[in-house]
Amino acid sequence: MLALLVAPRLADASAPETSPPPPPELPAPLDFTAADRPSDSGGAITLRWKDPADLPAGVVFDVRRASDPSTEWTDLAVVEPGAETYVDATAETGTVYRYQLRLRGTETPDTLGIAGATGPALVSDPVSAADNWFRVERINSLVASVLFITIILTSIGAARSGKEIFIRRIAGLNAVDEAIGRATELGKKVLYIPGIQSMDDIQTIASVAVLGHVARSTARNGTDLDVPNKDPLTFVSAREAVRAAYLAEGRPDLYKEEMVNYVTYDQFAFTAAVSARMIREKPAAIFLVGYFFAESLILAETGQSTGAIQIAGQADPTQLPFFVVTCDYTLIGEELYAAGAYLSREPILLGSMRGQDIAKALLIFVGLTGIIAVSLGMSWFVNLVRTQ
Amino acid sequence: MNLEFGKVTLVIIFMLVPIVGIVLGMRAPSLRSKIPLIVAFFAGLIPIVSLYVPKRFLSGDTGMSPRLDQWLIIVAGFALLLGITNVIQNSTRKIVRRTPGWPYAAVLLSGLYLMSAFALYGWWTGDGIGIRPDGSSTPFNWVYVAIFQPLQATIFALLAFFIASAAFRAFRARNTEASILLVAAAIVMSGRVPLLEFLAFPFPFLHESAANASQFMGRATEWIMDVPNGAAQSGIIIGAALGAGSMAIRVILGIERGYLGLGKSE
Repeated sequence: MLALLVAPRLADASAPETSPPPPPELPAPLDFTAADRPSDSGGAITLRWKDPADLPAGVVFDVRRASDPSTEWTDLAVVEPGAETYVDATAETGTVYRYQLRLRGTETPDTLGIAGATGPALVSDPVSAADNWFRVERINSLVASVLFITIILTSIGAARSGKEIFIRRIAGLNAVDEAIGRATELGKKVLYIPGIQSMDDIQTIASVAVLGHVARSTARNGTDLDVPNKDPLTFVSAREAVRAAYLAEGRPDLYKEEMVNYVTYDQFAFTAAVSARMIREKPAAIFLVGYFFAESLILAETGQSTGAIQIAGQADPTQLPFFVVTCDYTLIGEELYAAGAYLSREPILLGSMRGQDIAKALLIFVGLTGIIAVSLGMSWFVNLVRTQ
Repeated sequence: MNLEFGKVTLVIIFMLVPIVGIVLGMRAPSLRSKIPLIVAFFAGLIPIVSLYVPKRFLSGDTGMSPRLDQWLIIVAGFALLLGITNVIQNSTRKIVRRTPGWPYAAVLLSGLYLMSAFALYGWWTGDGIGIRPDGSSTPFNWVYVAIFQPLQATIFALLAFFIASAAFRAFRARNTEASILLVAAAIVMSGRVPLLEFLAFPFPFLHESAANASQFMGRATEWIMDVPNGAAQSGIIIGAALGAGSMAIRVILGIERGYLGLGKSE
């Protein structure tokens, strides 16, 4: 019995030892290049290569770097096959480097016997990161911007020379004087809310420009004006605009410091304070012009419930439906930016509106051309107008 | 001292030029309006140029354009001080003059001083204004979490009721446009919620039809949102972008001065 149990083991032990198959040799990567990443502020070098065919499983690429002419390689990164590119974002601008790329086996468990084995290393030409002067990929955007600026400036020049400019009627802006007139007749105040964003938002700048015109009108009519603010920078700018408007109309005696007031930086505390002010003081005209978020509907609905004439203006489509539903007049999108020019009736400003319309017509033409081009399979057109 | 080109240029444009302008403005008032226009010109120009020029001094991590954004935060901090001063002045004036609603001003000032006192207390004791190491709340944090945040949520929650009242007004079929809006809204609402399944629930023989109709409504909703709604939104966005571009050019070139409180002659 014992012999039966032991015999097979003895037989195994006495069998001749078979040597394992030699591990597959790891190939070298193909077409390895290193070059400065274009259109950046320096500090980055792009490495590109092609994975060799029939790459065994369980291998990675070791990326190593040495400062030229030194040959002391330091490990930089481990890249999985398939990536075929790596950006060294730790390079110093102006320092010359050389890069080394090689395959290394990492498979665990090591069924192929290549763990730790390395393939032939490829070394790149010396390369350095450069601080570039121009973002080549944005050339289309630059051309479009230059064209747009040229159109606007040409239109302004034409307006300055006295050329008659037709500007379409904007109902919401024609209603400004009507709303202020109503407040004057009722002896109630005008409430102007310049949004909740800061002066780095172009909508707020447009709103403060409109506020200047509203303030001139309230100064002429002797109507009380109330401008609550959420952002401190907007508050400072709005105060200057209102003060200057009262001075310009020759009514500095009517200007009061508390007309333009700061409320709070918190969105909903601001909303609560302004809503409460609407309900308590029942202004005859409410302007909601600028950038609003979730508070848009709360403010506009509260204003609507007080029976005030409401004029709103916003360029962002997400809050526009709320204003359209609850306000008497709404300046939609570009109308907000045109408001300052429209109300001032200054030819130079109106000229820019004309230029804006010409640019829009051009854009429609480009859009239609794009639809036709893509429908005909001309994909180059998409790349032509793609922004990066 | 690190005298980077970008940093030095920013200091010259945004610190020395305004200071020189203020000094000169005292002698020649007409200059007062020119300096803000010069500052606005460079403040507008730098981010635009950095869009196309990646040079480190301009667009790098410590370049002029990112640094300008940081400076804005500093300026906003000083402006906030002006704002707080304004709140204190206006509220005190209301209380002293006993103008209508003056008790609200008293509550506001009490809150302002109380929270300032709690913040100073946190600084004095070293606990700060958040949670103490033992997990307990500092007085500042307790007021913020137990009083302020619920009040914030309350105001935000009002939105649900206002949406309902605004929708009721918007969807009244007064004219052709409002009627189209009503039909579109009915489709979108029934496509977004399982309304038909809910109505058909008591009638098992209608379940399959309701599910099919609901799927159809879902597809119709997607079409309405993607095609007519998407097209209208794109139109508004393109128009607004051109308007913003035109406005930006006017501001940078000093043609639009209304935001500075200046007229064309100034």
